[in-house]
Amino acid sequence: MLKTFPKGGIHPPENKLTADRPIVILPVPSQVTLPVSQHIGAPAVPVVEKGTAVKTGQVIAQAKGFVSTNIHSPVSGKVNKIDTVVDTTGYKQTAVVIDVEGDEWVETIDRSSALVREITLSPEQIIERCRQCGLVGMGGATFPTHIKLTVPAGKKCDMLIINGVECEPYLTSDHRLMLEKGAEVLTGISIIMKALGVDRAVIGIEANKPDAISHLTELAKAHMGITVQPLKVKYPQGGEKQLIKACTGREVPSGGLPVDVGVVVQNVGTAFAVYEAVQKNKPLIERIVTVTGKSVKNPGNFLVRIGTPVTALIEAAGGMPDDTGKIVNGGPMMGKALAMTDVPVTKGTSGIIMFPAGVSKRAEVLPCIRCGKCSSACAMGLEPWLISVLGQKGMFEKAEQEKITDCMECGACSYTCPAKRPLLDYIRLGKATVIRMARERVTK
Amino acid sequence: MSSTVLLTIVMLGTLGLLAAIILYFVARKFRVVEDPRIDTVTEALPGANCGGCGYTGCRAFAETLVKSTSFEGLNCPVGGAETMGKVAIILDRQPVAVEPKVAVVRCNGTPDNATRTSYYDGAVSCRVAHSLYGGQTGCQYGCLGCGDCVTACKFDAMYMDPVTQLPVILDDKCVACGACVKACPRSIIELRKRNKKDRKIYVSCVNKDKGGPARKACKVACIGCGKCVKVCPYEAITMENNLAFIDSFKCKLCRKCVGECPTGAILEIGFLVKESKPAEPADAAVN
Repeated sequence: MLKTFPKGGIHPPENKLTADRPIVILPVPSQVTLPVSQHIGAPAVPVVEKGTAVKTGQVIAQAKGFVSTNIHSPVSGKVNKIDTVVDTTGYKQTAVVIDVEGDEWVETIDRSSALVREITLSPEQIIERCRQCGLVGMGGATFPTHIKLTVPAGKKCDMLIINGVECEPYLTSDHRLMLEKGAEVLTGISIIMKALGVDRAVIGIEANKPDAISHLTELAKAHMGITVQPLKVKYPQGGEKQLIKACTGREVPSGGLPVDVGVVVQNVGTAFAVYEAVQKNKPLIERIVTVTGKSVKNPGNFLVRIGTPVTALIEAAGGMPDDTGKIVNGGPMMGKALAMTDVPVTKGTSGIIMFPAGVSKRAEVLPCIRCGKCSSACAMGLEPWLISVLGQKGMFEKAEQEKITDCMECGACSYTCPAKRPLLDYIRLGKATVIRMARERVTK
Repeated sequence: MSSTVLLTIVMLGTLGLLAAIILYFVARKFRVVEDPRIDTVTEALPGANCGGCGYTGCRAFAETLVKSTSFEGLNCPVGGAETMGKVAIILDRQPVAVEPKVAVVRCNGTPDNATRTSYYDGAVSCRVAHSLYGGQTGCQYGCLGCGDCVTACKFDAMYMDPVTQLPVILDDKCVACGACVKACPRSIIELRKRNKKDRKIYVSCVNKDKGGPARKACKVACIGCGKCVKVCPYEAITMENNLAFIDSFKCKLCRKCVGECPTGAILEIGFLVKESKPAEPADAAVN
């Protein structure tokens, strides 16, 4: 039976144009740019200087603090400069620019494609390896993986949920990964299970990917404790809390973490990265990016090195269509428009979508008619119209009482609003302010 | 009939008396003693409740004024010296002289000066735009042009210029309450000393980038060359993070820095244009 989460949700057109396009390996560019902050948490600190020769897989920026992670060179070559560049956030930040020379890898990395199933490392070693290899959540939030795998003292985790939902329209990178690297993904899941000390894992996949469901169900027979859970198609099923509710019926309390209900959620992309890090000793230096759009000539799923300019990806997809009005980094629901294409692919870049000008333009904003559509669409059970206004008017204490921090910014409210109000824009603003206020309270 | 009327009058009269007695004792018990001067001071204040003084409204400010022992650090920017003088008379204290100020927009990133690299399409709010990205031009410090400052202004002293896409401050209406300064997420607006005839000399730029990138983003950006710092005879100009800043309280409006600036980032406003005299007869001849 198909499961889903009970509250809210929407059904945007899927537009999975690239679902049947196999992953294409993009050639290594002549220059890569690596921002030092590609994850949630403190930016990494560069440990190379201008002119330093680096090998593929070498650490170029060291994690600073606990919530931070290492950044590795995805190519071999020479450091051209350490400078400030505009990254996908639209703001300038420090980045290491490397000129590619040759193809020399760090010796300890196993570059063969042979499947290694036997897990030799202990749970502590696995977590340490994830930390060393700079692993972050590949779903887009880029939270350092080693922290997520460390179950806090006093908490108990009894199952792992793997997010293969890919509920964002257009994106197909996880779908292709499950089809093409299914065995590796499953081994990765077994590794995460060992690290967490759980004997049960559920892979949640939406019913619009029947091939992935049957493929992984077949492969999972060889793995103890891993099952595949088909899910109804509904956005935002890929939200951590929605996926837990759909798969297990457990509800994460407001302000709580999945581990409070004994669950840890990881993306399939992360499972694959864990496999590569633990079994092949390969740090996170490449990822799969879906480049798509209705007028794009050659949309597809590309395996690229981190730091490759987005322009190279667009070129690989047949160039930017003339009618492009907006380029979105990530999915169309939660992604962010790019201010310029001359930015590098980072660890969190899941897709590049080129929208025609007519589609991308936001419609004229009309007054709220209190129809309540946003409230019924909200998967967290919030009242978007209210918290949006509270954010806009700067009534942050009230917004906090209305649980603005529970918003996961899925954008279902803005999508469903018949008055085309920019609900999420103001909710984000309010949420950021409330979080900052709460943090200031703690430090005081 | 008459007994019913009489009974009603007696009943209501007794009830009223009873209520009056209770009310009298309750009022005595819960009486709030308030300094009568608070009301008088509140009346003397402009009543705009703008918060420019740093308190939640005119009454809150009046309470603070009455409680305080001196006017040091307390000023009503709207009423200025006149209002503070009145308050001083009420409270029988010495007024502290405060320089009148005026808000100044320190960005000149018009579409001509700073080329648009992208178009913002989201919610019309500078705070939202600021939280999303660097802005429509290559400059991530400059004005976003959504007009949060104009919305914040309670005195109709600001409007957005549709051509320059920058906010304009009407000097005669600006009371320097600082609402726009707080509203601007990029801290572009500054309260500067109000000079005679509203003359102003200021660096109309807040870009902290190095010269090259700053100039690339905007033609009139401060490139941090430091020429103005050297030429200033009053040490009014400081250079920090590749950005020059003219202290309006030290500046003597000598205008030496204006000609020195290679990008034209320093603006002079309110001065007579030197070429205006020969232009007049030419106009007359045409007419």
